[in-house]
Amino acid sequence: MENFNINKDGFYGDFGGAFIPEMLQPNIDELQKNYLKITESTDFKKEFNKLLTDYVGRPTPLYFAKRLSNKYKTKIYLKREDLCHTGAHKINNTIGQIILAKKLGKKRIIAETGAGQHGVATATVCALMGIECVVYMGEIDISRQAPNVARMKMLGAKVRSATSGSRTLKDATNEAIRDWIANPIDTHYIIGSVVGPHPYPDMVARFQSVIGYETKKQLLEMEQTDKPTHVIACVGGGSNAAGLFYPFLNDLDVEIVCVEAAGKGVNSGESAATSILGTEGIIHGSKTLLMQTQDGQITEPYSISAGLDYPGIGPMHANLFKSNRGKFISIDDDDAMKWGLMLSQIEGIIPAIETSHAFAVLEKMDFNRDDIIIFNCSGRGDKDLDTYINYFKL
Amino acid sequence: MNRINQVFKNSKDILSIYFTSGFPKLDDTLEIIKELDNSNVQMIEIGLPFSDPLADGPTIQKSSEIALKNGMTTDLLFKQLNGLRAITDIPVVIMGYFNPILQYGFEKFCRRCKNVGIDGLIVPDLPVEIYQKDYIKITEKFGLNMMFLITPQTSNERIYKIDKFSNGFIYMVSSYSVTGAKNSFDEYQIDYFKRINKMKLSNPLLIGFGIGNNNTYKTACKYSSGAIIGSAFIKHIKRNGVKSTKDFISEITE
Repeated sequence: MENFNINKDGFYGDFGGAFIPEMLQPNIDELQKNYLKITESTDFKKEFNKLLTDYVGRPTPLYFAKRLSNKYKTKIYLKREDLCHTGAHKINNTIGQIILAKKLGKKRIIAETGAGQHGVATATVCALMGIECVVYMGEIDISRQAPNVARMKMLGAKVRSATSGSRTLKDATNEAIRDWIANPIDTHYIIGSVVGPHPYPDMVARFQSVIGYETKKQLLEMEQTDKPTHVIACVGGGSNAAGLFYPFLNDLDVEIVCVEAAGKGVNSGESAATSILGTEGIIHGSKTLLMQTQDGQITEPYSISAGLDYPGIGPMHANLFKSNRGKFISIDDDDAMKWGLMLSQIEGIIPAIETSHAFAVLEKMDFNRDDIIIFNCSGRGDKDLDTYINYFKL
Repeated sequence: MNRINQVFKNSKDILSIYFTSGFPKLDDTLEIIKELDNSNVQMIEIGLPFSDPLADGPTIQKSSEIALKNGMTTDLLFKQLNGLRAITDIPVVIMGYFNPILQYGFEKFCRRCKNVGIDGLIVPDLPVEIYQKDYIKITEKFGLNMMFLITPQTSNERIYKIDKFSNGFIYMVSSYSVTGAKNSFDEYQIDYFKRINKMKLSNPLLIGFGIGNNNTYKTACKYSSGAIIGSAFIKHIKRNGVKSTKDFISEITE
């Protein structure tokens, strides 16, 4: 049987691996050698699960969306990651990585952030553990995400402006990697998505897999089966999607749906639909699909949601695409915004704009009455209020 | 014998200069090579600019950005280099990140290198294991030398592996740092240079990163076959123009 999980060399099919400069080799070696040993230990699991329960607020509900289900004549469930502490699934990963960093004896944490959600989640766990935290953020993102910059500062993190290149998420990631090259011994780099060199994609997917495993357990109680027909999530780098899909990757009865941001339209030149616009290459140490010129220069994506405008997707998702295991759909800004409003008014849940993209597939796909559809409601919309206000003239 | 192996056999205190192709002006490549050849440097590293140069500091980041804005491409570089062997006999290496080479096609890239007279490659984000598995046959087919980096943190076991698959020299990164010039080396760096020297590797060593004046060049020569300078040279030609290359080189080697 085909395996859609990672292989022993750190690849998902053709994608993944660790294409890194020699300067990072010792750090990555250390992680590759230790991440499973540490994260599979009883000690680690105990601390991880306790914090997920007491601090993050897990398990998050699996909510049967009755009005939405009636409207689309099918069964729709929402996995409520928006109810996690700090407002999104991002903290599942940062809790895991901060415990790992402590066990590796690291004294300092660095992270990259685009919209600021991962930065806030990292600053939060660093405050929790009393560890120094530096977050790299593109100069442009700093100016357009002021509330999250303020949150990180309140939490005691230093926010450093990435002024190179396009001054957004990919450049913040480059700066974080350069910091790690300069501080290889005492520093751990908490990557925010299922991207980067092996073992990051697998490690982050494992920390996020709590989403999928909880879903199975909750569904069994509610529907007497732990198998949905569809699992649907938005994909930027792809961590919330990887977390929901994880237990279902090799269960071919479950259809996997990845929703990308089309921005102003796939052919508009302002888009983040990597599966359509991307080609195979290397970004941030991982072989995957990415948006680039013919000459191999990485280009800048666009989406109204800052969390989806990464020029690559994680190697797990690249493999889901290439093998046709996953169905990929792209949703433009207008549809996503419309669905942000729709979900607010039909279920009383204001989603993050990233999350809104996922729901828009309800009008792009046909579902049967007996289908059981799980949406990852990955984040809440508080951070996006300004965008919603400007868009809808509220 | 490849020009790189030759130069290590016949010279000491080797000075290798890195510059970003397409910077400061798009068509400066051959001009800079001519100037370097006239200044008696022993080796040249041509940088293929990349949008996301992970291992580089601000100077090379900026020069790469400008080169790309100027319109530099892989294909154009090879066109410019058609005149390479009419103007110089010293070894010339291309240093570039893996993604642009991969998009060009690794084999096609190597073939064109050979055709224009390039002697070897430095690809900082192509790990030796992947090179050994997928690419060594291609570089050997085209007679290109492959050079790898080591750092103060590279384990002895790994250094021996890198030595085995390097051909020409080992690029000894002087510190935990991205590229960029410094004024001097500290005692930890000196200890590291001594430690590597004691390993009796089969390839000669060149020290790079953080070298930009006579002091650091001399120290590097004391503990290795020579030095690689990039950022300091780029800063110099940005400020003083390509024509002032000779002044820079004589200040370094005085």
